[in-house]
Amino acid sequence: MGKVGIIGVGQSAFVRQYPGSIRELAFEGFKAGMKDAQITVKDVDASVICSAPEYDKQRSPAGVFAEYLGLNPQPTCYVESLCSSSSMGLRLAYSLVKSGLHDVVAIIGFQKMSEISSSESQERMGRGADIQWESPFGTMMPAYYAMYARAHMVQYGTTPDDLALIRVKSATYGQLNEMAVYRKAVTFDMFADPKDRMAAPVASPLRVGDCCANADGSSCIIVACEEKARKFSKKPVWILGLGAATTSVNLAGRDLFTGLTVAQEASRQAYRMAGISPKEIDVAEVHDCFTIAEMMAYENLGFAKPGEGKDLIRSKATYKDGDIPVNVDGGLLSKGHPIGATGGSQIRTIVLQLRNEAGAIQVKDPEIGLVHNIGGVGLYGNVTILGR
Amino acid sequence: MSRSKEKEIDDRFKKFGTVSFTSITKTNDFIGYLENGKIMGTRCKDCGINFFPPRADCYRCLSGNMEWFEVSGFGTLVTYSKLEYGPVGFDADLPYSIALLDYGDFKIFGRIAGNIPDNEIQVGMKMKAAANRLPNGQLNYVFQKV
Ligand SMILES: [Zn+2]
Repeated sequence: MGKVGIIGVGQSAFVRQYPGSIRELAFEGFKAGMKDAQITVKDVDASVICSAPEYDKQRSPAGVFAEYLGLNPQPTCYVESLCSSSSMGLRLAYSLVKSGLHDVVAIIGFQKMSEISSSESQERMGRGADIQWESPFGTMMPAYYAMYARAHMVQYGTTPDDLALIRVKSATYGQLNEMAVYRKAVTFDMFADPKDRMAAPVASPLRVGDCCANADGSSCIIVACEEKARKFSKKPVWILGLGAATTSVNLAGRDLFTGLTVAQEASRQAYRMAGISPKEIDVAEVHDCFTIAEMMAYENLGFAKPGEGKDLIRSKATYKDGDIPVNVDGGLLSKGHPIGATGGSQIRTIVLQLRNEAGAIQVKDPEIGLVHNIGGVGLYGNVTILGR
Repeated sequence: MSRSKEKEIDDRFKKFGTVSFTSITKTNDFIGYLENGKIMGTRCKDCGINFFPPRADCYRCLSGNMEWFEVSGFGTLVTYSKLEYGPVGFDADLPYSIALLDYGDFKIFGRIAGNIPDNEIQVGMKMKAAANRLPNGQLNYVFQKV
């Protein structure tokens, strides 16, 4: 059985409020992916549609999109694992191609979060946790990640300043990313100024600057069997490793609060499948929904030992010219986080890097890249390793 | 189905927390105990494993043969966060701190009692979970200093 390659990547701009319907939003990412792949809808054998359905007014968007994208009568289905939906969609598409059932599959991730108000959306995100035993206490995503931040700080001496450094890095590259929702400069001094919006407390110890913004957006990844990948693409990027894991939704069922076990487990699987070690990763995209999430990713992916993630950001090792560049497209913190589209956007960035087509954020000649995409508060973890 | 039959539906769980998102569960007796000031978990009578939050089903031996046990003694504060913003329906409670206590055999997710000053809260401190009635008549439990 041959390899599975990525032959096209695309995304819409991630914006505060998309001026169109969800099918039109999905079309933007799909069009970009199809143009990148230089194929027609007749070449696509199936589609996988990914989003978090609690934002959708449309019931079962997959069938609606298949028609709008010109993908009738090919089969389609819907994949959901909260914020890691499109990485899970890629995992499904990989197996559809690897099994020989289909040759070319398009994975379209999308989210139009602006359909509902910000507080309603926070309430829905809180319900991505345990609605029976946790949500009645008034939980929200920032507060859950803040609990991890607190534990990391107490155990390892990580500081709010270390987390601010991650946001400063993100903004350095977010300013270069035309697709990002947040493109302003963020300086370390903003976090030290109690009057600055960045320093405003959200859920201690996390501040506004530690949190990514909601956004509307779509993404598209097109995968193909080895034969078709070589036929359609001059620079196919190969899927070398896939890992996926779950854990207890309720924090009461967990034992680790300084890292995410799903990231540890998913990366272990992906490294083993790819036959490589963390040292061989040349560029990475990690799920920085909050600054602490990127810090924990450094450690959970093996870029740093537990507790030593802060040294990577203090030494700028995760900047573009550092030892292990991470989120040099601005990450979720700058791009925004349209839940179902996020994983596809991360994969797009790594594919462009491996094709040496990343422009201003191009890392020097990378051969292997990694994508870390987390759903919920470390409820779902997906790690994907790509190589040229 | 008669109207009186409908009334027999046990939806006590809608009383849990400031806003409950669940009304019917096989663990509804938890609310009955909470009304009486008791925080209860479940124990599998077939394999002996303790569960908090309580469960109706044992994933280890697939048994549904459960008994209630009372959460007693003290836990250790694992981590917490003080919220300045809350979800819809929780604005009147702000600010409040959510937290996790480790009781050794199990952990409990909940809220820190509102009367404890921030500077007296420290990870690693001993706390105990206590049943609590909210101003809107709902029930939850909070973590108190010992
Ligand atoms: Zn049992």
